[in-house]
Amino acid sequence: MVIEHIDAQLPGAITDRHAFRGDQTIVVARANFMAVVELLHREGFQLLVDITAVDWLERQPRFDVVYHWLNLASQERLRVKVPVADGEAVPTLAGLFKTANWFEREVFDLFGIPFEGHPDLRRLITWDDFPGHALRKDFPLDGGDAFCMEGCTAPYNNGERA
Amino acid sequence: MDSIALSRQQLDGDKMIINLGPSHPTTHGTLRIVLELEGETITKATPEIGYLHRGVEKLGESLSYQQFIPLTDRLNYCSAIMNNVGYAGAVEKLLGIQIPKRAQQIRVLMSELSRVADHIVCVGVNAVDIGAFTAFLYLFKQRETVYDLFEMAAGQRLHTSFTRIGGVFRDLPEGFVPLAERWLVECEAAIDELERLLTRNPIWHDRTRGVGIISAEDAVNWGYTGPCLRAAGVPQDLRKAQPYLGYETYDFDIPVGTTGDVFDRYLVRVEEMRQSLRIIRQVLDRLEPGPVMVDDPKVALPPKEKVYTRMESLIHHFKLIMHGMEMPVGEVYSATEAANGELGFYIVSDGGKNPYRIRVRPPCLPIFSSFEDQVKGGLLADAVAVLGAMNIIAGELDR
Repeated sequence: MVIEHIDAQLPGAITDRHAFRGDQTIVVARANFMAVVELLHREGFQLLVDITAVDWLERQPRFDVVYHWLNLASQERLRVKVPVADGEAVPTLAGLFKTANWFEREVFDLFGIPFEGHPDLRRLITWDDFPGHALRKDFPLDGGDAFCMEGCTAPYNNGERA
Repeated sequence: MDSIALSRQQLDGDKMIINLGPSHPTTHGTLRIVLELEGETITKATPEIGYLHRGVEKLGESLSYQQFIPLTDRLNYCSAIMNNVGYAGAVEKLLGIQIPKRAQQIRVLMSELSRVADHIVCVGVNAVDIGAFTAFLYLFKQRETVYDLFEMAAGQRLHTSFTRIGGVFRDLPEGFVPLAERWLVECEAAIDELERLLTRNPIWHDRTRGVGIISAEDAVNWGYTGPCLRAAGVPQDLRKAQPYLGYETYDFDIPVGTTGDVFDRYLVRVEEMRQSLRIIRQVLDRLEPGPVMVDDPKVALPPKEKVYTRMESLIHHFKLIMHGMEMPVGEVYSATEAANGELGFYIVSDGGKNPYRIRVRPPCLPIFSSFEDQVKGGLLADAVAVLGAMNIIAGELDR
């Protein structure tokens, strides 16, 4: 439903869409993202349920930042994905949705995706000088050399063992 | 953080920095809050989380779908079964399968039992934190019985791992239903007792009323879900709004507060316990015999006695464990109403044995992110009351 509204008011903003097991997903380019979000907010998607990201290591652009919205009046859910390359920033939603503040910090912490205009972009879960970003696919499961207890000499380097 | 705290202290000589946590009786797990005080008034609160971060989402990427279930126990460990149910539901949504009726009923039964246990801890500990020790002792006995019931059904008290993809671990054992029925009566009486201790208690009113007030708009904007959102006056409960596991067939009400303060959250939780008891009564009444696992050899493991006696079943078991289930390529988000609010699982599958990405949407992270907003300008003692009423469970907060 809301997808038609987005199509009507922001033609061309949705670059891809799919419905799977009843979940509506739209993909929006970074440049159009804020316009889509403001429209969603006006349409009653007031509860920003979650922000997370998925690392597609081989793909260009590498990451999907994934937003889940819930419309409390109609109980409609919508997933919005914004593809970004490594190092590219996504506009922050902290001004519109206060809950975005910590969720974005978490994504920044675990994926290293910066959020443009975020009021307080610090790591949330890991500590400040944590080497690397834990949920990236090239971050080794055991943490790599940075967490190796014995013979740990080389600092963490891009997920590869020294 | 220490260096920041120190430099601020040097700058403002009349301000006091208090370090609440990471190991403090009122922090419910390990989390840390650096509070800046002017007298007794809080001028700044900086929460520091991550002390209980175990990398659940990262680990999930190298575990099969079934193997992830024990990790969900350790999210909200006060109501582990509800995490099991939420996760299994997400994978079943991804697979596109329906579980048998009895399995659904058992899941509802277990979820509501653990909702009561979770609310007992939240309300009880909230009261303990602000000086009312007795209430928790009255309720602790009921919580023990819930854990006895879990032990009967799952073999474990806390880390139940009770669900399987496609159903539950096993059918309810003999003696479960009579004990549950006895407990229903006792728990009802214990909740009455709790209410007699607290609901009209002037000291409890002084400590909780007007503390941590939040408007409905703010609560939604902060991403509140669950009892804290309902206490602010938004009647959002996924069991009613987006029913799953047949919740639409049960008769129960959604309690709603008005101001969202600690007292309203307490009232909402107490009423939710009563409503959960109503649901449990209905489940026990209509519990019908039948299978508790889906009849699909591509999902369900064969019965153990057959694995030990028949070669085909052994091969079947081996294939499912070693190669996993055949997963479709796609992504799903599935949410359930856990004790703290909306517990969501977002699973991205690339068709492999393990999830490509598994995301846990913890209900208490957005709630806790509003902590500074909630306590700023209030008294130090109120921060403890607010923290307790938010029901922060660090296992789920940090994952």
